Amino acid sequence: MTGTILQIDSVSRVFPGVRGGTPVRALEPTNLQVAENDFITILGPSGCGKSTLLRIVAGLDRPSGGRVLLNGREIKGPGADRGMVFQSYTLFPWLTIAENIAYGLREKGMPKSQRQDIVASYTEKVGLRGFENHYPKQLSGGMQQRTAIARALANDPAILLLDEPFGALDNQTRGLMQELLLGIWERERKTVLFVTHDIEEAIFLASRVVVMSARPGRIKADISVELPHPRHYTMKTTPEFSALKAQLTEEIRHEALEADVAH
Amino acid sequence: MPRPLEPVSQGTRVVLGISFFVLFFAAWAFATLGGFVSRTFLADPITMVQDGWLLLTRFGFMSDIGVTVWRVVGGFVLASVIAVPLGIMMGAYKSFEAFLEPFVSFARYLPASAFVPLLILWAGIGEMQKLLVIFIGSVFQIILMVAVAVGNTRRDLVEAAYTLGSSDRSVVRRVLIPANAPEIAEILRLVLGWAWTYVIVAELIGSSSGIGHMIIDSQALLATGQMIFGIIVIGVIGLISDFLFKALNRSLFPWRLA
Ligand SMILES: Nc1ncnc2c1ncn2[C@@H]1O[C@H](COP(=O)(O)OP(=O)(O)OP(=O)(O)O)[C@@H](O)[C@H]1O
Ligand SMILES: [Mg+2]
Repeated sequence: MTGTILQIDSVSRVFPGVRGGTPVRALEPTNLQVAENDFITILGPSGCGKSTLLRIVAGLDRPSGGRVLLNGREIKGPGADRGMVFQSYTLFPWLTIAENIAYGLREKGMPKSQRQDIVASYTEKVGLRGFENHYPKQLSGGMQQRTAIARALANDPAILLLDEPFGALDNQTRGLMQELLLGIWERERKTVLFVTHDIEEAIFLASRVVVMSARPGRIKADISVELPHPRHYTMKTTPEFSALKAQLTEEIRHEALEADVAH
Repeated sequence: MPRPLEPVSQGTRVVLGISFFVLFFAAWAFATLGGFVSRTFLADPITMVQDGWLLLTRFGFMSDIGVTVWRVVGGFVLASVIAVPLGIMMGAYKSFEAFLEPFVSFARYLPASAFVPLLILWAGIGEMQKLLVIFIGSVFQIILMVAVAVGNTRRDLVEAAYTLGSSDRSVVRRVLIPANAPEIAEILRLVLGWAWTYVIVAELIGSSSGIGHMIIDSQALLATGQMIFGIIVIGVIGLISDFLFKALNRSLFPWRLA
């Protein structure tokens, strides 16, 4: 086991009330340690603060309390060391697919010839050969998200953050994308933090599933997934997989019930 | 009956567009040639064309047109060069916006035509005064509209740029500006149309050349044919410049249509 790369240290977030209303406690003080090369999925019902937590790690939002350390250094704002893929399509519409993937490299001031090599290798990895000169609008949602993953990876971040990247895709495409992402991870072992509300997706991808509770959000369970790699979609029908699924379903159900009683 | 929002073919479009012009001219010809309107007040289309031909061939109206176009373009370019960067700054930096927005909003409602007498006092009746009228009429509009466009840039695109390592400056240069370039071009096209109305006002007073000056001259002679010809020329030039602007935007921003 390698060292801790990301340390979330009693991070909380309270949003001020809208027009004098009561403040929203989106995230209770939360602790999480992420080991290098881990694939962690954060699973939780809608509105439990998953995006809030991920945005704080990305540096797009500030915690109300606590801090996040990346390789021992406190995160003060967004940076190229944390790549992010959003739930909405965020490719730059005025850039072609190749230019989108090269965006971060250009920001670093990398010379063009070097950029081209990296872009070519990532277009290949996400299966977008032949679409380099298309504009995002000309691509399907799945292809756009693949480009977004390539764009984040091309930057070679220390950690990859994904916020329900496949949430808007149909089931078939979603399954294919999961395999694609997992394939890349199995080869490159990049540290990944992946937010989802889909239990199957959470188990299939993860080496560790972190379950979050409903409002106010906090970590409720932390379950390691010992399924072997490389994983194939057929794994979703194995008894081990089903057992994990049953366990997580129970956790979440329990959660939802408790939240219900509390209100 | 066509369905709401149902598109029509390119051919039908052109035919429909032209047929209204034909209808318009027919109604005009009917009213004037049929003797329903006195010739003193409204020339018929044939007289208008004859007068226009005389203007162009004998009275050097071409150079008047040239002068007016030059004034519009000059004042408009001057305004754009100053207003577009200011608008981008205002849209991008909220403190800058808080500083300038109230004044610009106020200045926007100052009618450019009301400045004509004052500008004559300040700048005489030379070219400078004409350019300034157009400048004042355009600059505040462009600033405000560009600022609004830039301020409405999709936040998630800006956030994506930050997570890819963009600095604050490069977010402005590589996201805010390219994201809004087509809209800024659209704003310029719109304001250029308004600039045409200011230039004529500027030329109606204290001018010795230009389309507006010709119209005022013709009024003294009760030459309604010439006046109408002048007005139509303005319309035609506006149509052409609009068309060119649209074609330019299309070729500059192919990703918009992609
Ligand atoms: N900018 C904001 N201002 C006020 N409240 C907010 C803001 N952003 C999020 N919240 C609140 O914080 C809570 C958590 O939001 P968050 O977006 O993190 O949920 P989520 O777990 O990502 O949900 P989903 O799965 O639907 O995306 C919600 O109750 C939401 O209303
Ligand atoms: Mg979310």
